[in-house]
Amino acid sequence: MAEQASVQEVSDAMYKMIRDSMGQKKWKATDLTKAVTELFGERCDKNVAKSAIRDLIESGKCVYTYFGGSFIEIPHKEGAEN
Amino acid sequence: MPEKKRKTPKLDELEKGAWPSFVKEIKTAAEKNAMADDLLGQLERSYEEKIGHWKHGGIVGVLGYGGGVIGRYSDLPEEFPNVSHFHTMRINQPAGWFYTSDVLRKLCDIWEKHGSGLTNMHGSTGDLVFLGTKTDELEPTFKELTDLGFDLGGSGSDVRTPSCCCGMARCEWACYDTMALTYFLTMHYQDELHRPAFPYKWKFKMSGCPNDCVAAIARSDMSIIGTWRDDIQMDKAAVTEYAKSGMNIQKDVVGNCPAKCMEWDGKEIKIDNKACVKCMHCINAMPKALSPGKDRGACILIGAKAPIVEGALLSSVLIPFIKLEPPYTELIELVGKIHEVWSENGKNRERVGEFIQRVGMGNFLEAIGVEPIPEMVAHPRENPYVFYEEYFEEEDNNG
Repeated sequence: MAEQASVQEVSDAMYKMIRDSMGQKKWKATDLTKAVTELFGERCDKNVAKSAIRDLIESGKCVYTYFGGSFIEIPHKEGAEN
Repeated sequence: MPEKKRKTPKLDELEKGAWPSFVKEIKTAAEKNAMADDLLGQLERSYEEKIGHWKHGGIVGVLGYGGGVIGRYSDLPEEFPNVSHFHTMRINQPAGWFYTSDVLRKLCDIWEKHGSGLTNMHGSTGDLVFLGTKTDELEPTFKELTDLGFDLGGSGSDVRTPSCCCGMARCEWACYDTMALTYFLTMHYQDELHRPAFPYKWKFKMSGCPNDCVAAIARSDMSIIGTWRDDIQMDKAAVTEYAKSGMNIQKDVVGNCPAKCMEWDGKEIKIDNKACVKCMHCINAMPKALSPGKDRGACILIGAKAPIVEGALLSSVLIPFIKLEPPYTELIELVGKIHEVWSENGKNRERVGEFIQRVGMGNFLEAIGVEPIPEMVAHPRENPYVFYEEYFEEEDNNG
């Protein structure tokens, strides 16, 4: 059986997905979980994905946003604030 | 502090009449708070132009949390600079909304220091709502709230702050301890409450009896409503007292029973308890004579939502009767299965009730591993076509 991916590894992969699609796609927690489960296969389960999201948020690399639903994004200057 | 009193002829109309006025309260706050004063100005402008001037949502929050702060900005920041940011904070209320006056004063002191001083007691979700602050004040407010033993509530696509009626604290009809369950669910789902991970919001509401004082059946994705499964308790002497005091038991109690399961012969009430639908009418009408049975628990219903514009749904029965006592293992396992199926298959902004409508109750029940039973039928089907799998099997075997 393949060795389980570390939280850091999954968190880095999530961050790359969010960064690479900035301005084109907004990610929900469920979308990120599905994406990394697909990417890592059996090496990543839902608990690791959940911990990775928490790591992204608590490190400040990403923030939760609300635009009709809750999304995870890289912090940016908000348009509404201008 | 505003130098000159603002003229608000439109808002002044809302102070007339015998009822309490939010305008009066904002004006009082405006005497010493510039945010409240600019709020009056922007609101007057909205009434003049018949258009709202708020922008909603966005990026604001406290570190680590995805809920509890609702971003709000003015689209007239030059004219009303003190409400250019006017974020709402939802504070997780104590179960049953019990506070000491000392704590209420401290909460208000925190909000006068960091925000507009205006509150909603309470918002429709149940939280204590702090109305209007700036982004820079969010973390200091949160720090003072947590020092006082409070936490933020839910918002966005997360478990919203669970709420309940006052239950066994003040009501003899509570069929389970709503406040204990609310506290338990709040603590058990801390992660889901603060870190949005669902397709959309999820609300738990707990009512102690079928009177449903928190309107759980109309507003919550999972409504947990107290009920009983034995006979209504009756004090015959008290029934006689009601009759002697002039109550028209036939007309006002028996005649209003929706299940027609009661009879009154002028001396005694007889109840066919098997036919009772637990509407609570007779118990509400004769509280000294009738009360819920002794074998008490709750009915779990699923799928309500109360949107502002359209698409309201009432919840429907999922588990007709469950004993609700710590550690609530059966309930938590059920909720876990529902969350898994809905998170996996729900669309963005799709409440669980809408999800069930889309996939069908039969498929939903199969996915969460619950057997269908007659109590789940919300209303008779609207088409005459009935399909039973065994008929097809029989045809296949014969054919």
